[in-house]
Amino acid sequence: MDALRQYTDLYDAHREAVDAHAPELLNALRPAAREALEGARLPDTHTEGYERTSLEEMMAPDRGVNIMRVGQAFDLSTAIRCELPNVSTLQAYLVGDTFVPTEGLERRLPEGVIFTSLARACELWPDLIKPRLGALADLNDTPTALNTMLAQDGVVVRIPAGLHLEKPLQLVNVFDGTEPQMAVRRLLVIVEKDASAMLLTCDHTRPDTPSCLSLQVTEIWLDHGAQLDFCDMEETSADNARCSRVYVSQHSSSQLRANVVTLSCGTTRNDLRTDINGEHCLTHINGMAICTERRHADNCSVLRHLHPRSRSRQLFKYVLDDYAQGAFEGSILVTPEAPFTEAYQSNRNILASATARMHSRPQLEIYNDEVSCSHGAATGQLDEQALFYMRTRGIPEREARLMLMQAFMADVIDSVAIPGLADRLRHLVEMRFRGDTAVCGDCPAK
Amino acid sequence: MAGNVNNDAAQVVTLKIMRHDDPTPASQHKAPADALAQSGEYKYGFSTDIDTDILPPGLSEDTIRFISARKHEPQWLLDFRLKAYRKWLTMKMPDWAHLDIPPIDYQAISYYAAPVKKEGPKSLDDVDPQLIDTFNKLGIPLQEQKQLAGMAVDAVMDSVSVKTTHRQLLADKGVIFCSISEAVREHPDLVRRYLGSVVPASDNFFAALNSAVFSDGSFVYIPKGVRCPMELSTYFRINAQGTGQFERTLIVADDDSYVSYLEGCTAPMRDENQLHAAIVEIVVENHAEVKYSTVQNWYAGDRDGRGGIFNFVTKRGLCRGRDSKLSWTQVETGSAITWKYPSCVLAGEGATGEFYSVAVTNNRQQADTGTKMIHLAPNTRSTIVSKGISAGRSQNSYRGQVKVVASAHGCRNYTQCDSLLLGPDCGAHTFPYIDVMNDTSVVEHEATTSKINEDQIFYCNQRGIPTEEAVSLIVNGYAKEVMNKLPMEFAVEAQKLLQISLEGSVG
Repeated sequence: MDALRQYTDLYDAHREAVDAHAPELLNALRPAAREALEGARLPDTHTEGYERTSLEEMMAPDRGVNIMRVGQAFDLSTAIRCELPNVSTLQAYLVGDTFVPTEGLERRLPEGVIFTSLARACELWPDLIKPRLGALADLNDTPTALNTMLAQDGVVVRIPAGLHLEKPLQLVNVFDGTEPQMAVRRLLVIVEKDASAMLLTCDHTRPDTPSCLSLQVTEIWLDHGAQLDFCDMEETSADNARCSRVYVSQHSSSQLRANVVTLSCGTTRNDLRTDINGEHCLTHINGMAICTERRHADNCSVLRHLHPRSRSRQLFKYVLDDYAQGAFEGSILVTPEAPFTEAYQSNRNILASATARMHSRPQLEIYNDEVSCSHGAATGQLDEQALFYMRTRGIPEREARLMLMQAFMADVIDSVAIPGLADRLRHLVEMRFRGDTAVCGDCPAK
Repeated sequence: MAGNVNNDAAQVVTLKIMRHDDPTPASQHKAPADALAQSGEYKYGFSTDIDTDILPPGLSEDTIRFISARKHEPQWLLDFRLKAYRKWLTMKMPDWAHLDIPPIDYQAISYYAAPVKKEGPKSLDDVDPQLIDTFNKLGIPLQEQKQLAGMAVDAVMDSVSVKTTHRQLLADKGVIFCSISEAVREHPDLVRRYLGSVVPASDNFFAALNSAVFSDGSFVYIPKGVRCPMELSTYFRINAQGTGQFERTLIVADDDSYVSYLEGCTAPMRDENQLHAAIVEIVVENHAEVKYSTVQNWYAGDRDGRGGIFNFVTKRGLCRGRDSKLSWTQVETGSAITWKYPSCVLAGEGATGEFYSVAVTNNRQQADTGTKMIHLAPNTRSTIVSKGISAGRSQNSYRGQVKVVASAHGCRNYTQCDSLLLGPDCGAHTFPYIDVMNDTSVVEHEATTSKINEDQIFYCNQRGIPTEEAVSLIVNGYAKEVMNKLPMEFAVEAQKLLQISLEGSVG
């Protein structure tokens, strides 16, 4: 079986149609991507680094790609409401791969800030987009090449030099319609010199949404002194599939705080590749995943220290119950050109049932002796003594377990810098542990 | 010699034995070797002018039939070899390791080289004096006075076991310690029962190759309730040029027994790369304990990475008895490329697996080594302590797997991997694989990478200790946790080796 064939065949047959509905700058990237896919295969469980997640299997069902871009009008009032209580965000929706701004978004954006569809941005600011689009994405990576070959739209975020955007930007990814579909999304985030911003992206599906697949590639540029708080949250149903690739390039003195939060998912594979392209960078990457039933979360973080004197910290935590499977692969590379690097990584997992599984693979690749690096991984259970202590104090066992699991996730939750989001997450995580779906109370999707 | 072949005489006629007194003009290889050996860089880098039977290079079914016939093997073993060979033909050499391996021409290797024996030696006096001299140079306690030191030795040279000492004393206890070819003849039932039971021929590319062409090795059987009275030891030596070494070690520890087994390896210095693809299989029954220690000092190649041994070994122990225990200790200083993962399959309830390793790489050496701890039974425990030291332009990787299956409740693993970097051009890498499939087991992994603390060196300098000595002191302290696990005799040697390996690496 070769799942990739159906996509390359589709492209070969409808090359003109794909190009006709997409901006010129995206079309220019396609031939190289198509060439990279010649003879390639999607990684399966025999591929090193994909031992637990087969993308071949994930992408095998023909869900249909909306290359002609036919669609009904999207009704915001019935959509999932993803709002942070007491926090005002600059919100937009991404329906499939179509950008739908909320009322008055344009007006509320400070001058110079771009938060719009990729197609529109390519038209209005080609000089800004052209050198950055596709420059970070690695076409040797088959899913990235597949995305590049098929992507027709997406989102551009740009924060102009020196601007500190106070309100968080929020992008809500949803699917529209009742048919299974595949969304090929492309995101480009540019934070220019000495600017700062907060970006929250969240993936949602409604309980009645059929099996959908999102294949998204995000390129994030942090220029000199730029700061970005980036939170990528997923809360989807059991038959949803997600394959996300995030490429980050950090220039000197820039700071990235990224959180990858999987509250609930079907089958998810998140790849995050961060390149340190300048000195004195600071990188915090935290992630958490809560999986129950037969759900599957796989995170892979590759951090490449290519320049001296930068620091990075990574922390990934998993709680797995029922038949859930978790996988984590984290790799730190320090090249000979990057002395005085400090890089730490930690992965902690709790298996809450006898049938849950965790596969963990932290890696260090160090080509330099002026470094201080470490990684740690532990997989185990809740502390029996702590449980016992709480029960002697009259806390029922179930409650005590919840409290301990909540406490286990606390450091990842606390690391979220977007105001209000940490509180919200704490609440959602608690609901998740209680077995409720983590949907906000007044959401029409509930 | 071809007359020995009964079954396939017709096919074997084409295979001739080359008998040469010296493979090449000795001056070519010996002179630089001796010079370097004198400089202390690699003191085992001599080659010995011993008559050697070498099979011409090349591998085919005929080669295997020849080896088997030459060793007077029974039909079942020949079938075992041929089956492995046919499997090997269908396999591809794996390429996932963090190693840069030049292509290996398997048809350019000679698969059989044996020191010529005149009617098997009855006592040490009958052993070729030059051979004794070789082992003396190696510092192997082959001689009588060394025997008094209380160690039984089986020496394997160019894949053939040349001398086993202390036989009688061991025989009184019921311990079998002999070459594997001898074991095939004298204890066929035991060998047949256990050979390939831990590392099947189809396990991996090099295991299949070894199963097809292994020429000798050691066999150890410790009967029920016996504590082996002395440490058993094997020395491996590749002497002839253009040959590979494919030996096989099989250790069986029956219920309630104990044995400590030591293994040491050296080879002459040559410009070519030589392949060493061995298999070690260990079976540990109820309440038995096996301690396996290795000091690996194959020739590592010169400063520019010319020559050296490719050390691709499959080592695995099956702890199938209740409360059985297997402990691997290794000090790896040699080989151009080391690629091995001594593993424990913990199949008996309450079994314990241990792995203590110091891997040193210098100049252009490469190592991708570690362990696998497969927890199949409840309440099994494993400990991994790995210390990597990289210097020069070398690359040193730890790769290890800890797997706990769903039915193995209450398992415990602790892994600690430390890497020390000496110099700006070397690399240290860690690739652990952790798989846990139940909710009652605890698995922990910790790894750190750093260079030697400058404060410590400064402190030593201040006290009048030169930097090089200070580094050696600190490195020895760093490796001590593993060194302590080695038997006394080995620990001293290993410590010296560590110093020699790192000489000149600190500027």
